[in-house]
Amino acid sequence: MNAPLKSPPEGPEISETRGWRPAPPPKTANDATEEALYEVRRKIYPRSVKGAFSSWRVWLVILTQLVYYGAPWLQWNDRQAVLFDLGARKFYIFGLVLWPQDVIYLAVLLVISALALFLFTAIAGRLFCGYACPQTVYTEIFMWIERRVEGDRIARIRLDGDPWSLRKFRIKTTKHTLWILIALWTGFTFIGYFAPIRELGSEILQWSLGPWQAFWMLFYAFATWGAAGFMREQVCKYMCPYARFQSVMVDRDTFVVTYDVGRGEPRGGRSRKLDHRAAGLGDCVDCSICVQVCPTGIDIRDGLQYECIGCGACIDACNQVMDKLEYPRGLIRYTSENAMRSALSIAEARKRLVRPRTMIYMVIWLALMGGFAASLAMRTPLKVDIIRDRGALGREVDGRWIENVYRLQLINATESPVTIDVKVDGYDMKGLTVEYDQTASTLDPTSNRLLPIRIRVPIEDARQGTHKIDVTVTAETESQRRSQIRQSTSFIVPRNL
Amino acid sequence: MSDFISDIWGHYIAAIALIGIAWCVWLLFSQRKMPKGVSTSDDTGHVWDDDLRELNNPLPRWWMWMFLLACVFGLGYLILFPGLGAYPGVLKTSSQVELAAHREAAERMQHQIYAKYLKMDVKQVAADPEAREIGQRLFLNYCAQCHGSDARGSRGFPNLTDNDWLYGGEPDTIQQSITKGRNGVMPPLTGVIDAKLAGDTAQYVRSLSGLAYDPIRASRGESTFKSTCAACHGGTGKGNQALGAPNLSDNVWLYSSSEGAIVEAILKGHNGHMPAHEEILTPERIRMLTAYVWGLSSTSSAAAGAAGQ
Repeated sequence: MNAPLKSPPEGPEISETRGWRPAPPPKTANDATEEALYEVRRKIYPRSVKGAFSSWRVWLVILTQLVYYGAPWLQWNDRQAVLFDLGARKFYIFGLVLWPQDVIYLAVLLVISALALFLFTAIAGRLFCGYACPQTVYTEIFMWIERRVEGDRIARIRLDGDPWSLRKFRIKTTKHTLWILIALWTGFTFIGYFAPIRELGSEILQWSLGPWQAFWMLFYAFATWGAAGFMREQVCKYMCPYARFQSVMVDRDTFVVTYDVGRGEPRGGRSRKLDHRAAGLGDCVDCSICVQVCPTGIDIRDGLQYECIGCGACIDACNQVMDKLEYPRGLIRYTSENAMRSALSIAEARKRLVRPRTMIYMVIWLALMGGFAASLAMRTPLKVDIIRDRGALGREVDGRWIENVYRLQLINATESPVTIDVKVDGYDMKGLTVEYDQTASTLDPTSNRLLPIRIRVPIEDARQGTHKIDVTVTAETESQRRSQIRQSTSFIVPRNL
Repeated sequence: MSDFISDIWGHYIAAIALIGIAWCVWLLFSQRKMPKGVSTSDDTGHVWDDDLRELNNPLPRWWMWMFLLACVFGLGYLILFPGLGAYPGVLKTSSQVELAAHREAAERMQHQIYAKYLKMDVKQVAADPEAREIGQRLFLNYCAQCHGSDARGSRGFPNLTDNDWLYGGEPDTIQQSITKGRNGVMPPLTGVIDAKLAGDTAQYVRSLSGLAYDPIRASRGESTFKSTCAACHGGTGKGNQALGAPNLSDNVWLYSSSEGAIVEAILKGHNGHMPAHEEILTPERIRMLTAYVWGLSSTSSAAAGAAGQ
């Protein structure tokens, strides 16, 4: 079990600066009563940073984008490996072909994703935001280009402050050209998930792209360019619901990016040779680099705020400064509120990651993933719906049989042709036989068909009333792979024929 | 505005829409600045549950521009499309116009599919596997409710697969049946034939199809048949396709072969109704259905016919 919490350490009151709270609104200096209620965005110029978290982010950007840009180009069975064919209502994911009837998988996938979000947020806050969210990833890519073209923070601030000149125009044009190229490629890749990307490519080259495809490609390109180039942290601050409801998903044992107030305060500049402890100073030298690197423009020393996307840039930045001063690292670090409050060791704080909340999330999450995988693996690639003809109760044939007519709606979800075989069993009635057009019993790959069948019973075995019967449909591929579906329906022997 | 009693309501709706937009714009404009004399603290002073404070943070300016843009969009929409009461909009679009356009587009697309079959003989179409699939889908949609999914009909609804035709099984007559419909009337003969004689006649009718019958009663019924029934069903009971009078000698029964059922038919008559489909289906679809239905009972001859072409 976890150790009981110690009382807060002596020293400055730190709880004031903790907890979720928004940044105070800017005050206009001249006239406090004329405060503007529409805030002009102050552009953020994040300074570049190097360090462990920064490397993680770079690798995750590369990984996610390899998957995103690469997947549509893979081939499988002479078709695009990942293709969501909305027109034909078929989703191809490598060997899997999903039909609209499989929408339950999408629902379960969304539940799994939501639970993963709960779990990771309970463990370490906004991990998704900082490393894998498309908004962060594309902003990161666009900022990298910006840095390459315009220079780092200071150069960018200076450039934006300069009056327009040929040089500024050239630099801005270069940046936007690169941004727009990436945005267009992103839009193109996106529509490539919904229409064969190789054909789209040649259609673009021949200038013969369909109007809707062109619209969506430009739409997503525009959204990428706008969101990653201009909106940036505003998407996280004002648009993203996750930022607003994360406060119910973290608790006092959640690891979050934290400034160690007890160690850092009182902050202030000092000479390198000074023994700052003796001079009554904390470890924070108030260099403000942690603020300069922040992509959402907040000061982490004010405590954790809803704008913080948990990217860890301030940790990397502060560690560099601490190294230079030969102070220990970790003035800003990943730790929990309880660890700070009760001065827990890092091992003790980590132990508290194992708590009922995370364990329950984990168990449900793993169970759902296991069920999802098992269900996909054991999925029957044959779908059968049996619909009894409603126009007639039943009919007499040649004075010898009573016959009911049904339609089988058959779906072959495999990518090879199958031959189907229909059998019928009665519970309280003997001698049931089934007849259908044998020439129509082969189903093309990924196709569906309506097959009328007749089920009959000898007139001497027919008892009046409604009888439950079972229809078994067996599908066999050329390679002898079988799948079987059994469905119940009713057989009616009418009173008067 | 025929749905409403007065034109006033159109203006009323238009006024609500326009005043609503104007009010939104005014609200945005009025909120640019904090009014004078109001406290400019972080929060509005509203507190719930001890510590839940309502903050008074400024809205991002892009949000305001988006809202204004939405208002402009709304006005533009109301000018172009119907929305302001009875005003039809500059583009004069309506759901009827759209429906007509969609229908025309759909028919154009279908026409492309059907065009190649229009050039073929109906019997060739019947032999084409793709055309048969189209025909089957049409049949399941429009015909199967009565004739059954397998086209074998049921009591009162003819079997279309048995080569026994009430009005003739050539493509032209099938097409006629689908287009114009049919009314198969067997008149009730209660006043002409009494119940006992009707039973005897039923025995005779059964004998025509080679079913078990009572020879004495059948011989009594024969004269009634010749005098009354033969007018439509013919002297030998072979029927008359020009009238839609069924062949009574082939052991195919639209209702039932039992004496009781035949007596009921004689005394009470039957009124078979095949509805006309010319209003429901395009001529192209009727032709596809004709080929499918014809092919149901003539598969081998169709194949031979197609091979011969």
